[in-house]
Amino acid sequence: MAETYTFDAKDLAEIEKLTAKYPEKQAAVLPVLWYAQDKFGHSDPAVQKLVSETLGVPEAHIRGVVSFYTQFYDKPMGKNVLDVCTCLSCQVCGGYDMLHYIEEKLGIKAGETTPDGQFSLQSVECLGACGYAPMLQVTNDKFVNHLTREKVDKLIEDLKAGNKPEFESNPMPQHEKGS
Amino acid sequence: MSNNWKSYKPLLIPAIPDLHEISVYEKNNGYQALKKILKDRKTWSPANVVNEVKTANIRGRGGAGFNAGLKWSFMPEPDGEPRYLACNGDESEPGTFKDRKIFEFNPHQFIEGAIIAAYAMHVEVIYVYIRGEYRPFVQKLQKAIDQAYDKGYLGKKILGSDFSVEMHTHMGAGAYICGEESSLMESLEGKRGYPRVKPPFPAQRGLWGRPTTINNIETLANVPLVMNHGSDWYLEIGPSTHPGPVLYGISGHVNRPGVYEYPAGMNIMTLINEVAGGVRGGKKLKALIPGGSSTPPLRADMLEGVTMDADSLREAGSMMGTAGMVVLDEDTDIVELVWRISHFYDHESCGQCTPCREGTGWLEKTLRKMKDGNGEMRDLDLLLAICYRMEGRTICALADAAAWPVRYSIDRFRDEFEKKCKKTVYAVA
Repeated sequence: MAETYTFDAKDLAEIEKLTAKYPEKQAAVLPVLWYAQDKFGHSDPAVQKLVSETLGVPEAHIRGVVSFYTQFYDKPMGKNVLDVCTCLSCQVCGGYDMLHYIEEKLGIKAGETTPDGQFSLQSVECLGACGYAPMLQVTNDKFVNHLTREKVDKLIEDLKAGNKPEFESNPMPQHEKGS
Repeated sequence: MSNNWKSYKPLLIPAIPDLHEISVYEKNNGYQALKKILKDRKTWSPANVVNEVKTANIRGRGGAGFNAGLKWSFMPEPDGEPRYLACNGDESEPGTFKDRKIFEFNPHQFIEGAIIAAYAMHVEVIYVYIRGEYRPFVQKLQKAIDQAYDKGYLGKKILGSDFSVEMHTHMGAGAYICGEESSLMESLEGKRGYPRVKPPFPAQRGLWGRPTTINNIETLANVPLVMNHGSDWYLEIGPSTHPGPVLYGISGHVNRPGVYEYPAGMNIMTLINEVAGGVRGGKKLKALIPGGSSTPPLRADMLEGVTMDADSLREAGSMMGTAGMVVLDEDTDIVELVWRISHFYDHESCGQCTPCREGTGWLEKTLRKMKDGNGEMRDLDLLLAICYRMEGRTICALADAAAWPVRYSIDRFRDEFEKKCKKTVYAVA
């Protein structure tokens, strides 16, 4: 039951703006895939076909790009994707403890999606928040830093209620001391 | 250096509220360097700007530490066809989280630096490549870029001159390798991030076959400082062989992790104990990874008197990298740590070169076996043999980056590896 995906006139106007940034259309593959994934929630083969036709770039090329970059989902994912960093600083500051706690809480393993389609869980490489470990990212967007079990509990409740996390600013400690 | 650092006032990210707003940046000497150049283009011809930056010896803050002005000077004479500046905000080296501070707290200083770089190299289009995981930071930078367009610092005929430049953001999508400059260009062209064979170097043939320079975000944020105060002033900050302010990202087992700005050449123990509040829980220090996951780890007893600059770290047996310092306490399991680093490189190898594609996988598998308690003594030789077959044998430096932490950890923490290995004896017939 393959779904069909389409871009409407507004989408095409946005895509036109994206391609205008580059001297050739192929350069817009990443931005247009992002645009499509934001709209459809994933970049499965049907979405890849749409992007291919829209940009006039071979489907095989789009497929290659999607499979190369970890943030493009080549199949539908849960409504909320929890990417728990377990790399280096997060590893030594309890990243795996947090991952295992979430696994237990959601009843799934990393790489799986809950049966109700609410959550997908992944163990991921460094997200660039090393000083605020352990941390996770919600569906390629906001970072949730300094994770504790309580913070995870609250996050999952919030996400179930449809509330996305706010942007967490991490000021320079030097500034706080007023030095 | 001694205690001078205590009175140091940050220059890349000063403690000024709302500095990310263009009006606040302008009130604090913002865009003055650009104005100064465009007002007196005889004194500040593109060639003279390149020379000034070259003299200041801003060493690339993305890891390689190459003189930024010297890199600019490799661009050929303009021929009327397009040329590009690509700003590298991929920031994917584990342990590194500094450029996002610039996007959040002082984006205009980077934008101004990039505009000056474009002027100096006769570039009319700038791309800012930022890792896809940094979406909220891309949005912050985009807002700052929009403000700069509104005020006429970007776009056609900047500040009434005949100099025009466009700036576009380009978001990656989760690939460490795209921080490698030729891979970054492939990604900007809409392809898989496969590093290119060099030569030709980007200055000869870069984006779409045209001359291109790639600079790190923090590197470019240093440029307005040099142009405002002069290279002599800049050379006075930190060691003259590695001058200027540095964003130190300190993470791991410290009481006060975070990004701190101090001059290059800071004493490592001062950074750990005084700046970052010492090792957590009163534990002893075991090791430090000084500049991101690919820089060889240093044992605590190797850190005496070592400072954060290229020369001192080379002598100590490591590298400055991105100054992303990962502090490890006495309880850290080095084998487990090195396995996780290998897991990272195995995941991130682009797969183009056999020694890297296969080597990273074997390092990961062998170390996994070891950390799970199934290692044998001969596996240590196997690991070193794999490293030897990777280093210097690939198109880009990812294979080296993957091999070094393994090689140097075995060298420096051999007892910990041996403790995890069974002493197997093989009968000789």
